[in-house]
Amino acid sequence: MDLFEFQAKELFAKYGVPVNPGRVARDAAGAREIAAEFAAAGTPQVVVKAQVKTGGRGKAGGVKLANGPGEAQAAAERILGLDIKGHIVHRVLVTEASDIAAEYYLSFLLDRSERTYLAICSVEGGVEIEEVAHSNPDAIARIPIDPLTGVDAAKAAEIVRAGQLPAAAAEGAAGLAERLWAVFTGEDATLVEVNPLALTPDGRVLALDGKVTLDDNAAYRHDWAGFADTEGADPIEARARARHLNYVKVDGEVGIIGNGAGLVMSTLDVVAYAGEQFGGMRPANFLDIGGGASAEVMADGLEIVLSDPSVRSVLVNVFGGITSCDEVARGIVSALGMLAGRGEPVRLPIVVRLDGNNAAEGRRILDEAGIAVIEQVATMDDAARRAAELAAAGTGA
Amino acid sequence: MTIFLNTDSRILIQGITGSEGRKHGRRMLQAGTAVVGGTNPRKAGQTVDLGVAEVPVFGTVAETISATGADVSVVFVPAAGTKAAVIEAIDAGIPLVIVITEGVPVHDTAEFWAYACAAGNATRIIGPNCPGVASPGKSNAGIIPADITSEGRIGLVSKSGTLTYQMMYELRDIGFSTAVGIGGDPVIGSTHIDCLEAFQNDDETDAVVMIGEIGGDAEERAAAFIERRVSKPVVAYVAGFTAPEGKTMGHAGAIVSGSSGTAQAKKEALEKAGVRVGRTPSETARLVREVMRSR
Repeated sequence: MDLFEFQAKELFAKYGVPVNPGRVARDAAGAREIAAEFAAAGTPQVVVKAQVKTGGRGKAGGVKLANGPGEAQAAAERILGLDIKGHIVHRVLVTEASDIAAEYYLSFLLDRSERTYLAICSVEGGVEIEEVAHSNPDAIARIPIDPLTGVDAAKAAEIVRAGQLPAAAAEGAAGLAERLWAVFTGEDATLVEVNPLALTPDGRVLALDGKVTLDDNAAYRHDWAGFADTEGADPIEARARARHLNYVKVDGEVGIIGNGAGLVMSTLDVVAYAGEQFGGMRPANFLDIGGGASAEVMADGLEIVLSDPSVRSVLVNVFGGITSCDEVARGIVSALGMLAGRGEPVRLPIVVRLDGNNAAEGRRILDEAGIAVIEQVATMDDAARRAAELAAAGTGA
Repeated sequence: MTIFLNTDSRILIQGITGSEGRKHGRRMLQAGTAVVGGTNPRKAGQTVDLGVAEVPVFGTVAETISATGADVSVVFVPAAGTKAAVIEAIDAGIPLVIVITEGVPVHDTAEFWAYACAAGNATRIIGPNCPGVASPGKSNAGIIPADITSEGRIGLVSKSGTLTYQMMYELRDIGFSTAVGIGGDPVIGSTHIDCLEAFQNDDETDAVVMIGEIGGDAEERAAAFIERRVSKPVVAYVAGFTAPEGKTMGHAGAIVSGSSGTAQAKKEALEKAGVRVGRTPSETARLVREVMRSR
């Protein structure tokens, strides 16, 4: 789970990482109010920043300097509602504008390839680190961190030194690095990034921006309820999550339901290949109903997939490993019954491919149920082709 | 020889009294695998009924090993207890730990992996979030159904459970020496490379099927390894060509980040290394069939 900047900074503050003061507003009047408070406290200069979970906000016009409440309100009016790389701005962060002497970069992240953690530090900050990696790779230090020993004062000093930060910033940056490491481990983050890490003319070092990615698997041991992103999420994805379904929206016409992450990903791909022959039909979603797909889960899954208005056909692709295909078949039959019972009978074609454990019995159950919208196909490739064909017929393509 | 397991493998189950531990312990026993005991500190001294046999429950891995001679542990304990369970197994000096548990925080995995390395890598770790290892007709440690396929000479290594089953099923007439599900988490123990190396050295394996998916660069690294070190034919499949950027696709590790971790990049790296890559699981199975026929 990615956090917004203001949420990242809340976490930073909780762990003692110095940040510049600021508050978040949902409308321009709110931004004006916050700027007025800063002005009353003697700092009329503020920065109004779009809160979106993507980079390049500045270039997209999502970050503006404002002098006083009026300008802050005007800036917020221009920024709220912007579409930045597909992310709509619903909130702005209004922060005190800091005087900056220099900008650096610091992050801790999970290094998947090396199965360990990594600190990245650079004297060149304020631009995307990928750009620095291109323009001046020698300016970036990458220091592996042993998960068993972590970052103590000595390690933090080593990181800052390797990043070639000047003496004036070294002590403050090392202290910040130690506390940032505490955020990383304490919050089960896979990324904590400060860019820019700023040095002020009076010698303070603080985080002017923050990016945090949290490990969803660790949610059980944290209170992250406040970070739930209701506005930014796709509405169908949000409803699927509420039902504990593993659903991802993609922009196509063939609804997909399957068991096992790998098989479902593969099903999307195979549908996309097959769809090339049928006017470019594409998968509409990823939905993994997991191992023991009960009728309830199948009904929820079907309902979610069918609630997507772009769906023209559905492909149910199940390989029974541990799961028994007869149970899946019963799940499909009772799911369709449940939906009909709720007054939402399914009218779109559903292509079903069952294979593996007890497949023959599963196919027999579906045949005997005699449900008009269900069409059984023996192999995954043929089922994908048929589902794409039916979707194309449904769109008139 | 097979890889990682053999007919003499003696399996203990950490979390043997839980519903998953019992269910799969029973399945392993039914497949003819020697499940010799398990652990649950609160139920030490009791036995657990696995249908085919009653097996003893011990308080610790070390006690289980000394009483039963177990040399493989299969971990079913819940995610919150997985790190402690794996560290206990490493401390007990067991040569192989297979972590089935899904949903383990990646910090926990990074820590137990670092712990295993610091302990001299004496314990091979497979998983977490994996279906385990199956050597048909010999031994089955994990949750891979034992009856999909018979013994044969194909080796398989995969990030995905269901694609493993699918591939074993499509090639069931040829059969497999060993199938290893390495798991779909961002940090795992044994990698594609570890398994490719073991298959290369296994005289009962003629060819290898490698199944990968989006996220990370394990497949690209495997491609480089194949080019240098694997002389046996390798056929590959990669899932996730249609996955949108920045979305986790079911497996915690299956995510395209920016331009890295894409299926296309993995396919290209593998093909550059001379690996034939199927467009669909069925086409992949056909490629394996051709390879096996031409031998």
